[in-house]
Amino acid sequence: MTAPHLTPRARRRAGRGAPLPLLVPALLGLAFLVLPLVALLIRTPWGDLPDQLTSPEVWQALRLSLVCATAATAVSLVLGIPLAWLLARVEFPGRGLVRALVTLPLVLPPVVGGVALLMALGRNGVVGQWLDSWFGITIPFTTAGVVLAEAFVAMPFLVISVEGTLRAADPRYEEAATTLGASRLTAFRRVTLPLIAPGIAAGAVLAWARALGEFGATITFAGNFPGRTQTMPLAVYLALQSDPEAAIALSLVLLTVSIAVLAGLRDRWMTAS
Amino acid sequence: MTHTGKTPPDGTVPGTAAGGTPAAEGLDAHLVVDRGAFRLDVALRAAPGDVVALLGPNGAGKTTALRALAGLVPLDGGRLGLDGRLLDRTPPESRPVGVVFQDYLLFPHLSALDNVAFGPRCHGATKAEARALAAALLERMGLADHAGAKPRKLSGGQAQRVALARALATRPRLLLLDEPLAALDARTRLDVRAQLRRHLADFEAVAVLVTHDPLDAMVLADRLVVIEHGHVVQEGTPGDVARRPRTDYIAHLVGLNLYQGRADGHTVHVDGSDDGTGTGTGPVIVTTEDLTGPVFVAFPPGAVTLHRERPAASSARNQWRCEVTGMEAHGDQIRADLTGGLRLTADLTTVAAAELGLHPGAEVWATVKAAQTHAYPA
Repeated sequence: MTAPHLTPRARRRAGRGAPLPLLVPALLGLAFLVLPLVALLIRTPWGDLPDQLTSPEVWQALRLSLVCATAATAVSLVLGIPLAWLLARVEFPGRGLVRALVTLPLVLPPVVGGVALLMALGRNGVVGQWLDSWFGITIPFTTAGVVLAEAFVAMPFLVISVEGTLRAADPRYEEAATTLGASRLTAFRRVTLPLIAPGIAAGAVLAWARALGEFGATITFAGNFPGRTQTMPLAVYLALQSDPEAAIALSLVLLTVSIAVLAGLRDRWMTAS
Repeated sequence: MTHTGKTPPDGTVPGTAAGGTPAAEGLDAHLVVDRGAFRLDVALRAAPGDVVALLGPNGAGKTTALRALAGLVPLDGGRLGLDGRLLDRTPPESRPVGVVFQDYLLFPHLSALDNVAFGPRCHGATKAEARALAAALLERMGLADHAGAKPRKLSGGQAQRVALARALATRPRLLLLDEPLAALDARTRLDVRAQLRRHLADFEAVAVLVTHDPLDAMVLADRLVVIEHGHVVQEGTPGDVARRPRTDYIAHLVGLNLYQGRADGHTVHVDGSDDGTGTGTGPVIVTTEDLTGPVFVAFPPGAVTLHRERPAASSARNQWRCEVTGMEAHGDQIRADLTGGLRLTADLTTVAAAELGLHPGAEVWATVKAAQTHAYPA
């Protein structure tokens, strides 16, 4: 029943005409996702914003967040890339199980992650008690604890992204490198790493964004001490109870960072699927 | 081509000790690789300066043999000796072996120059030394202008030469080429084949190339090793293999009719009775050679003459009644497949085919002069 005189554009629109039972919930869903963000912008005390953002507390939390998220990303890169390589390139028994374990933190409630970290690295933890008695190292409720909590939650994003890129990369380039005299490590460093750099970059940005927003594991494992473990999300939560306007301002900062990350990943992430 | 240490015409390699220590010079390998249902079991020997072609159909095990030589596939048996050194357990990065891969596998993130410099760098050269060596090699390959280009900017022929330069940059004692011309279009192929031939002729160590193209093998190699189903079925000089094929695969490649049989003087009884006469005696081919015992007989399709009636006064001593099973244009000729008295392929001119009224199903007489057949011991 398409009329032959329709322009291509009009015909495309006609073809796209969605049935109401789908259209209505779809638009509701869109509104549901967008409305809170719009509300945040509407209620932002724009006049007081400069004062809010330059207050020492905000500045302290922001700096701590950036430092910890970056450090957690670094930890994820150092440990996660070799782990991704292992999963993608080496056949070993139980590989499927290992991959499932690696992805578990993606679906695990972060609070549970925090509790688990306490059980492992807390002062009485499985490993933590030895760290404490042998080296006098205490991790929980320190900035290092924040970094570990964030890395625990963020690293799977990096591992999955890098492993996917590794699987797509032709392993014969590594073979070519070894026939030229490169050890497996050199082949990895000089051939594989450059080839999978886009996947590493995407994974690192995702991990960094995830680390920046981390709340549950951080507050459980590292506590909420201003200047030491109080990151932006923790500060937002705390501010909401005493100074809602400050909470809004802080939230706005995190929203801005998120949009920037999304824009940075636009080409790689949004158009890929 | 001036080679040192060429293989003597009889095909033996000097200094090869059977079973003991590997030959002091060149390649002395017995490659055994088990892959479940498939087993590669190939002996390869070559002196420095030799260019050996592994020729065979797809799935014959050529590439597996090459990968075993490079160390990318472990040996399940046999041994690998190169210049008197056993390399069986040497990892690929420590073997003095260079590989030109089928699709070259140039590192896409490195320039042509850095691709070639990669090997020397891994062997301990400084960045400057490696680049100087790479620049000299690219210059020799006529690629000085493309040194800075990334692989995706290179044409197929240029990429092939960069890959060759990269493999040569580590001064390998064994150069392996996997289908070096397969990725090229027909026109480029001609040029690149001629260039590759020159470079291989200049190469002072052993070169082994894998191909399924008989022309590449015959142009580039001094010696052919034909592999089928993981085993060597024939080896020799290109001329020898082309003149005296020993399997249907090679006979088909070089375009010969080939039969295996038992000779009794000038008469060869072809194995496998498919004459359809029901007499129980297989077809017979008369030859000029005087041989006894198992033999091969070969003759070219051009040696076959077709007649509508049994030729009464033909000097040809081989006459078979046949039926045409298929016809196709072959250059400016017609190539006909026949079965009956003898299964054979005949070439004839389009005019002759028309005069004979040739068509699939037609019955004809095929004759071949004894002098145009060639019998040799199996």
